[in-house]
Amino acid sequence: MTALGRPPEPVADVLIVGAGVVGTAIARTLARYDLDCVIADAGNDVGTGTTKANTAILHTGFDAVPGSLESSLVRRGAELLRDYAQQAGIPLERTGALLVAWSADQHAEFAGIEDKARRNGYLAIRYVPAAELYAREPHLAAGALGALEIPDESIICPWTTPLAYATEAVRAGVRLRLRTPVLGVTAADGWHEVSTGSGSVRCRWLVNAAGLESDRIDAMLGGSGFTIAPRRGELIVFDKLARPLVGAILLPVPTPQTKGVLVAPTVYGNVLLGPTAQDVPDRSDTATTGTGLSSLLAAGRKIMPDLVREEVTATYAGLRAATEHRDYQIRIDASRRYACVGGIRSTGLTASLGIAEYVVGQLADAGLELRKRDGSPRKPPVLPYIGQTGRRPYQDDARIAADPAYGDIVCHCERVSRGEIRDALASPLPPADLDGLRRRTRATNGRCQGFFCAARVASLMGAPGGARAGRDARVLA
Amino acid sequence: MNVDVLVAGAGPAGLAAAIELRKLGVADVLVVDREHQAGGIPRHCAHTGFGIRDLHRLMTGPAYAQHYRGAASAAGVTLRTGTTLTGWPATGWPATDASATPERQSGTITATLTSPAGVQIVHAGAVLLATGCRERPRSARLVPGSRPAGVMTTGELQQRVYLHGQRLAGRAVIVGAEHVSFSAMLTLLHAGAEVTALVTDQPRHQSFAAFRLAARLRWRVPVWTGTAVAGIAGRDEVSAVLLRDDRDGSVRSVPCELVVFTGDWIPDHELARLAGAALDPGTLGPAVDTALSTSVPGMFAAGNLVHAAETADVAALSGRHAAAHIAAYLAARQPAAPGRQAAPGRQAAMAGQAGGRRVPVPVMVAGPLRWISPNGISPVSPEPPGGRFVLRSGAFAGRARLQVRQDGRLLTSAPARLVPGRSIRLDGRWARHVDPAGGPVQVGVL
Repeated sequence: MTALGRPPEPVADVLIVGAGVVGTAIARTLARYDLDCVIADAGNDVGTGTTKANTAILHTGFDAVPGSLESSLVRRGAELLRDYAQQAGIPLERTGALLVAWSADQHAEFAGIEDKARRNGYLAIRYVPAAELYAREPHLAAGALGALEIPDESIICPWTTPLAYATEAVRAGVRLRLRTPVLGVTAADGWHEVSTGSGSVRCRWLVNAAGLESDRIDAMLGGSGFTIAPRRGELIVFDKLARPLVGAILLPVPTPQTKGVLVAPTVYGNVLLGPTAQDVPDRSDTATTGTGLSSLLAAGRKIMPDLVREEVTATYAGLRAATEHRDYQIRIDASRRYACVGGIRSTGLTASLGIAEYVVGQLADAGLELRKRDGSPRKPPVLPYIGQTGRRPYQDDARIAADPAYGDIVCHCERVSRGEIRDALASPLPPADLDGLRRRTRATNGRCQGFFCAARVASLMGAPGGARAGRDARVLA
Repeated sequence: MNVDVLVAGAGPAGLAAAIELRKLGVADVLVVDREHQAGGIPRHCAHTGFGIRDLHRLMTGPAYAQHYRGAASAAGVTLRTGTTLTGWPATGWPATDASATPERQSGTITATLTSPAGVQIVHAGAVLLATGCRERPRSARLVPGSRPAGVMTTGELQQRVYLHGQRLAGRAVIVGAEHVSFSAMLTLLHAGAEVTALVTDQPRHQSFAAFRLAARLRWRVPVWTGTAVAGIAGRDEVSAVLLRDDRDGSVRSVPCELVVFTGDWIPDHELARLAGAALDPGTLGPAVDTALSTSVPGMFAAGNLVHAAETADVAALSGRHAAAHIAAYLAARQPAAPGRQAAPGRQAAMAGQAGGRRVPVPVMVAGPLRWISPNGISPVSPEPPGGRFVLRSGAFAGRARLQVRQDGRLLTSAPARLVPGRSIRLDGRWARHVDPAGGPVQVGVL
């Protein structure tokens, strides 16, 4: 497709600003069509903003606002992602969730929650009396009165998901431009002139999936509909040896202010406790706090004292892209050839494929010409599996026989082999630094946090042919 | 594959145990280690001070590790490095129920190994866990702040510098003021970094006065006591560490590029827990009696897995001690064959083990003591490794008296100097007088 009014440089059909889970999902969906598509992100990897730090839950949307766009896209997105995860090797476990009442007041909320779930189209919710609850979750603190079971709530890998989307998009010809912050947008004749930290990009259509920066990008295009008010959530990750303590995701009864602190297994076999909810002025402030971590431990002691006695493997904090509105801020402006996909809060991971499908449909309605590419439909890429329920390379005798590097364990806590690290460094989207390698392989993410392996991992990253550990530059000086 | 004894971990405890097992006539002793070279932590401890109690000489860590590698090979130990014991298949790892115990088909313990040669199943007559310990990282200490690069433990630091030849630049703050903290200081200086200070939330340092003095006079590195780490700042790399003065609560920011967390040891107890071995609430290693036997029949534990962290020579002596009891256990299990004779003087142990498993008498500590190891008196062999128990205190006390009682009866009383993080040793002859049918032994401070 050629642009009208031929500019000096080629004009992309679509520029997606933001390579988080939403931006990459849209890119993957657009990549099926005969379009010249670019994704720009300020970070050095996909999913480094609000995507990378969350509770890693694939929601059912049982507790969404009935009738909202979020409600329908979470439901649709979950359905699509469940299927996609299976094809792409994204770790996913259907653990179910138990929403636990600790007081008569909370217990009295159950009828309303069940009703809301049904209005959200979720019918499998059911009451679990205390005796059954304790039979299923014997480590739960005493005093629970009963629970609501949401059997389809699941846990998922939040890192493999955007990586799979981006890999699929890049393979189909989408150009991924990292370290490319958008600085300004000027309207030209039939295209947008987008100035970035690394040169200018021209595009006919612009999709704003900039997460925590989505209001700023929106303002560059004349929008003023919302303001991001980052809400920080701190989380504690417990040792894998705590995993047998917890069966399902343990949810609290939400209050009008907050969804509260939950206990959830992770697909890697850890247990999460969190999140806190604190409004912060700085959109990059993902520091944990002493008060936040101690409030989590206090909350955890009330839910499951045995959990809090286990060792802590990691602590982290993420920022939710909250706005003054209760719903997603998705709007298409056909005259400006602009789609705003903002205000995607904690449910973005679950809804990502639903959002992408919806936005691409809206773009088509607004005049973006979608012509299927020639050839057979592309299959999703199969990403290296880093979950705990499936078979990892260190457990696979045939795979080690074919390539002994998979039997050479480098990261002992997470059992990551040299073969997996080598593969990640040679992948279509290689990590730019140690954090990127961690997200792809889990190396150094375990209980020792590098006591045993960080030195060797750094050497492997610095080895010829491998990406230099950028963030380790000083340590490697 | 079948072996008489499978040893997990080729550090001082594992290798010393394997060598001793061969000396005691045990035929097939397989030692596996997940690292590429045997020797354990001493491989990357460049300083001297190794070998005093076990080898009666003074050597550096790498030389000490080398000695044990050579001795193991000469003794006919089968050593497989780059080999990870990943679990006990009968417990169904990845475990959903860690309370299951390893399969004991025909009295053996089954383990799964992964190495570049593939996945392999081993059946062992007995298992020795000698998996050592590690330092708690920043995250486990719940130090808040951002999460930049440049934050590490001494273990990582030493490996970077001594095994991978990396240079370090910038200013470093060391968290801790015990022996290992001063060792981290020397490693940092050797690697090219500057050391701003050692900080400890304790009222004074916990190492030898000579180390403290040398740090101040020779390297001009101060020790800031009563100072807690309140946070870490920096985006991609560390820019500063926030320090809180415990005396007045004030917080100050100290610019630096490296933060090294030292000490605060925790046993690497994953395999013990996956096997269903009971843990001691103090050491957090598997509970072991004076025969270094765990709660899982046929499974023994030694070294810094059961006392994190003692010096390498103490770990080696612990391994040797376990070897004698493992040999006795094997001999008692099956009629002694030629060449598999247990050491003389172990007949009582054999009889005890063979005559049905009796429960050890637990040994418990009260504050300010944190733990004691071993933490049980074996019904058949009350003698602890090297004749001594080791303990840790959570508080300083210059002239304390340890008192050991069972059911109110005083078994012994001994003077002790308590320093947090420092080893306290207690002569173990009193253990012979423990009533095997009596209540738990209580160790307290007067």
